[in-house]
Amino acid sequence: MILQLITSFIAASAFCVLFNAPVRALLQCGFAGMIGWMLYLQLDDRWDTVVATFGATVVVGVISQFFARSFKMPVIIFSVGGIIPLVPGGLAYDAMRQFVENDNNQGIQFAVQALLLSGAIAAGLVLSEVLGQMFRRKHVSG
Amino acid sequence: MDSTSNNSNTTAHDIIDLCLLAGKIMLQSGAETYRVEDTMSRMAASLGFPGAHSYVTPTVIMFTTSRTEPVKLFRIAERTTDLQKVSEVNDISRRLSERQLTAAEARERLGIVDDAAHAYPVWLQTVAAALTGACFTVMFKGSLWDALPSLLISGVGFAAVTYLHRLVQIRFFAEFIASFIIGLLAFFSVRLGIGQEMDKIIIGCVMPLVPGLLITNAVRDLMAGHLVSGLSKGADAFLTAFAIGTGIGLVLSLF
Repeated sequence: MILQLITSFIAASAFCVLFNAPVRALLQCGFAGMIGWMLYLQLDDRWDTVVATFGATVVVGVISQFFARSFKMPVIIFSVGGIIPLVPGGLAYDAMRQFVENDNNQGIQFAVQALLLSGAIAAGLVLSEVLGQMFRRKHVSG
Repeated sequence: MDSTSNNSNTTAHDIIDLCLLAGKIMLQSGAETYRVEDTMSRMAASLGFPGAHSYVTPTVIMFTTSRTEPVKLFRIAERTTDLQKVSEVNDISRRLSERQLTAAEARERLGIVDDAAHAYPVWLQTVAAALTGACFTVMFKGSLWDALPSLLISGVGFAAVTYLHRLVQIRFFAEFIASFIIGLLAFFSVRLGIGQEMDKIIIGCVMPLVPGLLITNAVRDLMAGHLVSGLSKGADAFLTAFAIGTGIGLVLSLF
């Protein structure tokens, strides 16, 4: 558990170095990634993987919006770090590997799963954006 | 009379150029399509052209300030992910709309951002890739013993893809050969008894190369109604995944 915390933190912030994120955003990226991955692990025990990914992404998105507002940087910097552990890169690779090994049925299953997961992540990010906009409007008017 | 109309023409052209430069940097640095369009229209609006229109795909930007002005386009050949530049352009555009910067100052700053190198040197990125690989191996429930070989292998893999991409301009081959090297090294590390589960090592090591973010951005663009961008990003992601899968698959079929 603690091992997962540490590794997801390092993985998310190191990935942001690959994406040339500003130095002062690295810690927040790692934090977002850590929260997302831990939440995903908890939700994945109880619900379907797609649902777990969606839930974790919404939380990551909201955290990133919060970071973006308080550090005055675009949301993408933090949300990228946050969703990196959730993103179905491994599945996309698995799917391609099955195709290459001539196991097309299994490959299509992996590919569909990867597509569903990335759909869930995209939907989660959009939902968190909508939530952020609603909150801002309320804040401004009220 | 003639000179004034000429003058207003040049400023309109300057502003189109300024917005195009901002859009070009953002798109080359991997910003989302809708953000590029949004930033360019906002910059144009704050400089007195509220009706600006833009059309952005991953390979081209088209931009005009009004119906009577000519449309200018910019071709994007090379795309990387550089969040530092995205953040800087975002900052410049915000200051421009808050009137803290003039158009000329913004232009100068954008020029500096455009010429700047990446935020991190290649060796640091290689170290980061190595750490990512090791951490993902552990996160995908590999053992700590497998993290050590994946630390080395993912570093080598990332260095290979960076170096090869400079050598051969076609990214597909760089990724293909790099993942072939990763697969080969993972196979031998298991054979020599340094690693235990080859699958876990490979999956951790290819994570720095894998187009997970690209797939997600593609779906997001599709949802936002940017159909052309979404489909072409999806094709890009598919090609990368195919290169990696083929590279690893070749190793698996050889041994």
